[in-house]
Amino acid sequence: MAGQIPLVDYLVLDDGEPHLIAQECAGCGARFFDRRNACAGCFATDFKSVPVATEGTVRTFTIVTFAAPGIPTPFVASVVDCDGTQVRANLINVEPDPEHVRDGMKVRLATYPIGTDSAGTEAVGFGFEPAT
Amino acid sequence: MSASDEIWILGIRMTKFGKHPDLDTVDLAAEAATGALSDAGLTMSDIGALAAGNLMAANAGIGQQLQKQIGQTGIPVYNVANACATGATALRTAIMAVKAGEVDYAMAVGVEKLSGAGLLGAGGRKRAEADVWAPAGRYGAVAPIDGRIGTEAMPGVFAQIGTEYGHKYGGTSFELFAKISEKNHAHSTLNPLAAYQKRFTLEQIMTDVMIAYPNTRAMCSANCDGAAAAVVCNGETLKSLSLEQRRRAVKVSASVLTTDPYEPGCQVLPNVNTLTRNAAATAYEQAGVGPSDLDLVELHDCFATAELVHYDNLMLCEEGGAADFFNSGATWRDGSTPVNVSGGLQSKGHPIAATGIANIWEICHHLRGEAGDRQIQNAKLGLAHVIGLGSACGVHILEKSAA
Repeated sequence: MAGQIPLVDYLVLDDGEPHLIAQECAGCGARFFDRRNACAGCFATDFKSVPVATEGTVRTFTIVTFAAPGIPTPFVASVVDCDGTQVRANLINVEPDPEHVRDGMKVRLATYPIGTDSAGTEAVGFGFEPAT
Repeated sequence: MSASDEIWILGIRMTKFGKHPDLDTVDLAAEAATGALSDAGLTMSDIGALAAGNLMAANAGIGQQLQKQIGQTGIPVYNVANACATGATALRTAIMAVKAGEVDYAMAVGVEKLSGAGLLGAGGRKRAEADVWAPAGRYGAVAPIDGRIGTEAMPGVFAQIGTEYGHKYGGTSFELFAKISEKNHAHSTLNPLAAYQKRFTLEQIMTDVMIAYPNTRAMCSANCDGAAAAVVCNGETLKSLSLEQRRRAVKVSASVLTTDPYEPGCQVLPNVNTLTRNAAATAYEQAGVGPSDLDLVELHDCFATAELVHYDNLMLCEEGGAADFFNSGATWRDGSTPVNVSGGLQSKGHPIAATGIANIWEICHHLRGEAGDRQIQNAKLGLAHVIGLGSACGVHILEKSAA
């Protein structure tokens, strides 16, 4: 096993439990998942990396049944409110139908393997699953 | 306000929306532009500035291509691109040229060839499957993220915008969204320029192919070909024209373009609400009217889920009251605030860069009393709205001439 690599660099796998990190504006606390020269809200230029809460509630969702080639369907796309930080993610480990997914449901971060490359490295993605 | 501060649409034209396999973008743009010139009683020699948009080939210089097709006079061309607000942006640009006092007449054109284009916004960057995972791009991603981290495809993005509204205020359901689509498809049967003029039952809409819950195929905007163009001048110029031109001219009481201001989460799921609300508030103030004064509204129903939230954003109903407002029948053509009597983007079609001018053509058609079978009687005031994701919002308020 040659180890793991996260799907995106804001998913942290090697520092305790898997979690997301955001770039937080030192001026107003706005959070971004990629680099900014200045905060879109207050134009301050200092940021620090902060962990994002791993539990949250579903703010909105859709069940995508028709997508671009190569994307497995159906899947549940959503925005999860993680203690005030809005996170775009799929809902996983849940039946992708309107009877099993609802706005406001409690969810928690979960990871899953995406595939293994020729060097044996496993890519790991994330989603949110029902927190029961 | 003096006459020179007033802006008027002197001529406007849209092509039939639909499949035009034998016409290219230049042909379609030319048909709309020459139609608008003819409607205005002008020729290319009168036009001082041209603003043009063709989103899917935004680097091709559609404005200059159009000039070579209908008249090269050496005037400045502003090729614009602003997602689905491209047409409204072209019109806004033409209006600014006239307002600046630099030209007497300016023309705006929007054109798109979109038949068979499929799903827009999806897929993100195309990458070959790597032999060894290699982080790339802003997120250091080792594989495409669309579909793995939410959806970037338009039907799903706007589905979330609609369900979010329902979560916040209640009253929405799959059936409610489908009923909005039922209305627009019913309206389209009276519009000979619509790409589709087919009435659907609620059951047909709800059992159509699901694209992104709760939007089925019938609840999505129709990709098609089309163009629209408009010629504008100020009130001082209009005074010098014939009674017939003055009678058919339509006053632009408000012309507003906004982008999305920063709010938490707006970079995760586009917020199409605040910029629309801001544009509407500014437009009502500019025009000195309120939502209850409107005789008809053409709004950006790119998906059934989008139409609902814009009832609220345009302040056609009380905040949070969009579902009740729709259920009251207000937005059907015989209701108190007819919305999308053209059939809307779901049936009239959505050739992206043409849409922002075609919506205005629809309003002008009614204000001029020329809308035939679908005429909203005694229409004096209308509002046209478009959203381009990213985002940009155009709102124009149009007023019947008193001449």
